[in-house]
Amino acid sequence: MNNSVTTESIAPLASEKTPEKAKTSNVITEENSDAYTTVGQAFSENAKMSMRNVNVFYDEKQAIYDVNLDIGTNEVVAMIGPSGCGKSTFLRCLNRMNDTIDTCKVTGKFLLEDQDINDRKMDVVPLRARVGMVFQKPNPFPKSIYDNVAYGARIHGLADRKSDLDDIVETSLQKAGLWNEVKDRLQQPGTSLSGGQQQRLCIARTIAVSPEVILMDEPCSALDPIATARIEELIDELSQNYTIAIVTHSMQQAARVSHRTAYFHLGKLIEVNETEKVFTNPDHGLTEAYITGRFG
Amino acid sequence: MTKPEIKTIDKVNRTLGKRYRAEKRFRLYGMLSIGFGLLCVLFLFTNIIGKGLSGFTYHYLQISVEMDATTLEISDTSDLNQILAGNYSAVVKRGAYEYFDVSSRRDKSAARKLLSVDGTGYLLQDRFKVDAKEIINTKSMVWALVDDKVDFYLKRLGEPGEPGKHEFSEKQLQWIHAAVESGDLQKRFNWAFFNNGDSAHSEEAGIRGAVMGSFYLLLVTLALSFPIGIATAIYLEEYAPKNKWTDLIEVNINNLAAVPSIIFGLLGLAIFLAFFGFPRSTPLVGGFVLTLMTLPTIIISSRASIKAVPPSIREAAYGLGSSKMQVTLHHVLPLAMPGMLTGTIIGLAQALGESAPLLMIGMAAFIPEVPTGVSDPATALPMQIFQWFRNADAGFSEKASAAILVLLMFLIVMNTLAVWARRRLERRW
Repeated sequence: MNNSVTTESIAPLASEKTPEKAKTSNVITEENSDAYTTVGQAFSENAKMSMRNVNVFYDEKQAIYDVNLDIGTNEVVAMIGPSGCGKSTFLRCLNRMNDTIDTCKVTGKFLLEDQDINDRKMDVVPLRARVGMVFQKPNPFPKSIYDNVAYGARIHGLADRKSDLDDIVETSLQKAGLWNEVKDRLQQPGTSLSGGQQQRLCIARTIAVSPEVILMDEPCSALDPIATARIEELIDELSQNYTIAIVTHSMQQAARVSHRTAYFHLGKLIEVNETEKVFTNPDHGLTEAYITGRFG
Repeated sequence: MTKPEIKTIDKVNRTLGKRYRAEKRFRLYGMLSIGFGLLCVLFLFTNIIGKGLSGFTYHYLQISVEMDATTLEISDTSDLNQILAGNYSAVVKRGAYEYFDVSSRRDKSAARKLLSVDGTGYLLQDRFKVDAKEIINTKSMVWALVDDKVDFYLKRLGEPGEPGKHEFSEKQLQWIHAAVESGDLQKRFNWAFFNNGDSAHSEEAGIRGAVMGSFYLLLVTLALSFPIGIATAIYLEEYAPKNKWTDLIEVNINNLAAVPSIIFGLLGLAIFLAFFGFPRSTPLVGGFVLTLMTLPTIIISSRASIKAVPPSIREAAYGLGSSKMQVTLHHVLPLAMPGMLTGTIIGLAQALGESAPLLMIGMAAFIPEVPTGVSDPATALPMQIFQWFRNADAGFSEKASAAILVLLMFLIVMNTLAVWARRRLERRW
């Protein structure tokens, strides 16, 4: 499949196939590119995080155009889209990880409950304790399994005694489904685990801080199918207690784990809908083109 | 008739031989270069070791010495001043006359000249300092230092042209050979070389002063350059905004690494001695100057090792809500430490072998005392080597070669330490 298929050539294709959708499959061209309205249900009544008018620039280059999106409490929102569409950039704005990139400029409102986290006065340290993150490549610290999980609790002073810390480590590893595999070797380095175990260790490390929201940036892209299935199960379990935003390249994964799916294309949020609707009857031609594998 | 089709594999085979020959030649060039380097190192080491090893030994003559209190002019053995002022030369001379069994003035003079009377006197003084009460008014056997001419002659026995022989009369030669045959005149390990400071006489000269001077120099240099260098590297890598000021600082640091070391000496002379008025010839000022010289090396290598810390580790720590200092202290520093230590030790090894900047701040002076602190006048190993080589006395050039061996040993130890530290602290991820 050719990655360089342009939107202009896709939109008519989509409208040919399903003429009744032609009115909503807005063709994005240079002229009207800044003024795009997302189709579907971008907003939630029970929002944990609400993003409004988000624009992101790398130097002069704009990476995200005017995105509005809510993430509901205890909801799993998947973000899909072709490479370079801005979904990872958007995710990293949610706990200000883009601060570490000097050239990155983020505008817009990011409300976590009623606090604007994009405010320059907002302290990122407590923010990241509330909004944790799991990365694409498993990145355990070169420390023991125990210290990996205990690290966040230690720096935030969550445990007063050694026994409290032990409890946090144990429950976190249990929630991440790793406890039975590592309980006898907590002092071994975290890097000695297999790739899938390392990623679950990273998830345990994140939930040890008891965040309210967990961001996952393609958490399974470096894992084999069995480890992936294990993580997907885990995401399902975690969604009972946590709000999760997950970026993924795998549409099957998005379909399996998420409640709502957001489709990004060239920095714009094209469509947000119930996951089932996105994958069976999308509102937008671009979404359909992507999920049917015509590009991406 | 059409041209026969040439297969690709035939075309490939045709050029194959040429390619392999080029490959072989390429490998040969590399082996030749390495061989040349190894040959040079081998030559250097055999040369230095051949010349230097004899500096660790010296010839001693065993004589019996009467520790007569009146001749020594010591009436009270508990009085340190008297012990320091004692006339040890007199008893050594008497022992020498007795050993060679001489009575005429001429023979006495000839016998006396075979020994280092003063040098042996200092050895006696050292013994008196420890237990004067026990040995006063006794007769005891003493290994007396021979004169450096005797040592030179004996060490070169059998060499063509009999170097050093013309210094002695027939009678003296007879005495020397008789003493060697009887086993009284022996080559022994030269402890004085490690225990004494510098001296005007080669038989008494030792490297202790220079070694201690170098030690204090490195101590000051390490104490200053390691924290300053690492703090600078961390600030520049982790905290400093990227603007033209930090660019300017970066360019300047890189340039400083290439500045000739004598310029740093001039800087030290102008700032630390002339402006601040620190005492000259001291390891303190020397350490300041060497710190300036070592800093760029440490900063550059530390920055490189900080840059080499995988960004994923940083992201993981930031993602958990670590503050910048926590990321730096808990994750970046431990991972970068092996590289930082290696850079520091390489910088210190450079500083240990440096002489030009020390020349400018007066650490090239003749200082016989062993320094006991950073503010005592001192010299350093490379300066000592330079001074001894410059000396016309044959005994000193041997000492210089021996001192080079000591310096090389220190450098090898430091580099081994660097390798060990890197292996030890290296963590895998």
